[in-house]
Amino acid sequence: MRNALDEPQTIVVLGGTSDIGLAIAAALSGPATRHVVLACRDVDTGTAAAAALDIGPAEASVVAFEATDTASHAGLVDDLAERFGDLDVVVLAFGVLGSQATFEADPAAAAAAVTANYSGAVSVGLAVANRLRTQGHGRLVVLSSVAGERVRKANFVYGSSKAGLDAFAQGLGDSLAGSGASVLVVRPGWVASSMTAGLDPAPMATTPEAVAAAVVKALRAGRRTIWVPGTLRLVFAVFRHLPGPVWRRMPIR
Amino acid sequence: MLTGWGRTAPSRADVVDVDDASLAEAVASAGARGALVRGLGRSYGDAAQNAGGTVVRLASPTRGIQLDTSTGLVTAHAAVSFDELLRHLVPRGYFVPVTPGTRFVTLGGAIASDVHGKNHHVDGSFGNHLRSMSMLMADGATVELTEESDPELWWATIGGMGLTGVVVEATFAALRIETSRCVVDTTRIDDLDALLATMAEGDEQYRYSVAWVDLLATGKHLGRSVLTRGDHASVVQVTGHRDPTAYGPRMLAAVPPGVPNLINRASVKAFNEMWFRKAPRRLVGEIQSITRFFHPLDGIAAWNRVYGRHGFLQYQFVVPFGAEAALCGVIERVARSGDASFVAVLKRFGPGNPGPLSFPMAGWTLTVDLPAGARGLSELLRDLDDRVLDAGGRHYLAKDSHTTADSIRRGYPRLSEWQEARHKADPGRLWISDIARRLELIG
Repeated sequence: MRNALDEPQTIVVLGGTSDIGLAIAAALSGPATRHVVLACRDVDTGTAAAAALDIGPAEASVVAFEATDTASHAGLVDDLAERFGDLDVVVLAFGVLGSQATFEADPAAAAAAVTANYSGAVSVGLAVANRLRTQGHGRLVVLSSVAGERVRKANFVYGSSKAGLDAFAQGLGDSLAGSGASVLVVRPGWVASSMTAGLDPAPMATTPEAVAAAVVKALRAGRRTIWVPGTLRLVFAVFRHLPGPVWRRMPIR
Repeated sequence: MLTGWGRTAPSRADVVDVDDASLAEAVASAGARGALVRGLGRSYGDAAQNAGGTVVRLASPTRGIQLDTSTGLVTAHAAVSFDELLRHLVPRGYFVPVTPGTRFVTLGGAIASDVHGKNHHVDGSFGNHLRSMSMLMADGATVELTEESDPELWWATIGGMGLTGVVVEATFAALRIETSRCVVDTTRIDDLDALLATMAEGDEQYRYSVAWVDLLATGKHLGRSVLTRGDHASVVQVTGHRDPTAYGPRMLAAVPPGVPNLINRASVKAFNEMWFRKAPRRLVGEIQSITRFFHPLDGIAAWNRVYGRHGFLQYQFVVPFGAEAALCGVIERVARSGDASFVAVLKRFGPGNPGPLSFPMAGWTLTVDLPAGARGLSELLRDLDDRVLDAGGRHYLAKDSHTTADSIRRGYPRLSEWQEARHKADPGRLWISDIARRLELIG
């Protein structure tokens, strides 16, 4: 159970090696936090990440999680609740960026990435939502992206998976209205992280720590959607309505 | 969505309104997330919530109070409020043996929290005056409980946060009074040392004693306060007053929903200054009404809304006598933070009772309201918790909404004894609440 200061007792990061997910876990951890669970594909990397995590007196645990193995997700969430009690905050942070050029050359690889980013999120998101509904409380934080707000030709496979995820998360949040549980959709811009290592930063680039701070604030305020940085909301309000010929010629990658 | 009086950490439960006849069935049909009974929702934190489970609200019957004037014993339904009790008892020359700072608590809630009042140093807490309880157990049976019949369950229930069963009816010893007025001595005190000395010296001469401390005053004014002490007035003392046993408290105002947070340093400072200045330096034998002396905030409905949507915490702890340094440290730390809202309450407790989870113990108890949205609150509370626990003190479960399972284990060394008694009464873990989950009360 979270306390009056909104400090969660149990935090689960799905995609437990994600820089943003780890930063959110660290920022949310307070004196009342008992468990931080990193659910990730590569348990060894997760264990290293857990060791480096600054979460105060809380105990870090690592569990195996494969986003594309959708059949395992309901069981995984049950196990988490069994082992750690009520889940106060679950962060859905996994995703693959991939390379647009590779996807265009290898459609099967594109489908695999989309399966992880979208189908995996749908399956585990629903499983988590069912658990939170049963609990009568809890928050699901979904890492969407501005890339899904208006999809660009430079990364439309990734962008389309995030567009789907964003729509799914919004609908899931609406379906939880009145249940005591809620969903926060986070739309960061370009984030300097291991996912974007080696790429040139886009304008208005941000950091995992800045995203985490915005998430903590939004959870306290009971927000449903946030952009990081907040100005991207205005930028994309314009982008969304640009005519196609203009959008295609925009000098953005 | 349910919250406590502090309006923090809401959770959803299936709320079922029942009467005595339908109570057992409603409880029996609770699902895996268990059941809990809720009274008037005046505990500040999550004590009367059960996320995802069943929350039962028991209706108070119309003829719920019986007073036996030959023994002074009162038998009442657990859903009866202290408001109803006082309206019934005071005109008949009786008073509740212990009243908290609000009369909007139920008898059942008063037992579950083992409430205390301004007379703790003389009379102990509510459980000390309880004679018997009728309780619905987890297995569906109703038992008549006295201290003699099952001391373990008796003391596990007093202060047991409703986690041993549902008290349906209880009998307690009422206090005989001559009038519905109090005779009160008020003293304005300029600093903390003088306050502690005055209370330690003179409290025993009064049935009721409490000090209101300005926690925004710092430096040489640290701990400046107004000490009020008194007792029920005799008929002679109210000669000239109309109808000596009249009692009819009214609502004076209500805070509307949706007001923004009105509590900030400027507003609190202005209020505290006004309140300290208007108190007489020394006034002896003032006649006050029960409402003014015991329940001053009850005249304003929904006063908890003044903290806006973030709500607030009421931080209450006790440290044993001899730990005055820790008490002063806490007061100083709160004063330095500048987060304290309105006046804080300081009181000397007498010895505690055998309830393993009953809060009071011989020592000093301080209560301070803190807005939940205040910056740096988490660090402040952690610092205060350490000071309290290191001094051998503990937190009041009925008020708590922030602390941790470790803090409770340290503050209540007999927790495991309580857990065993509870487990015997409810091996299937039917009774559960948000506070029980948050503080891992149920072993």
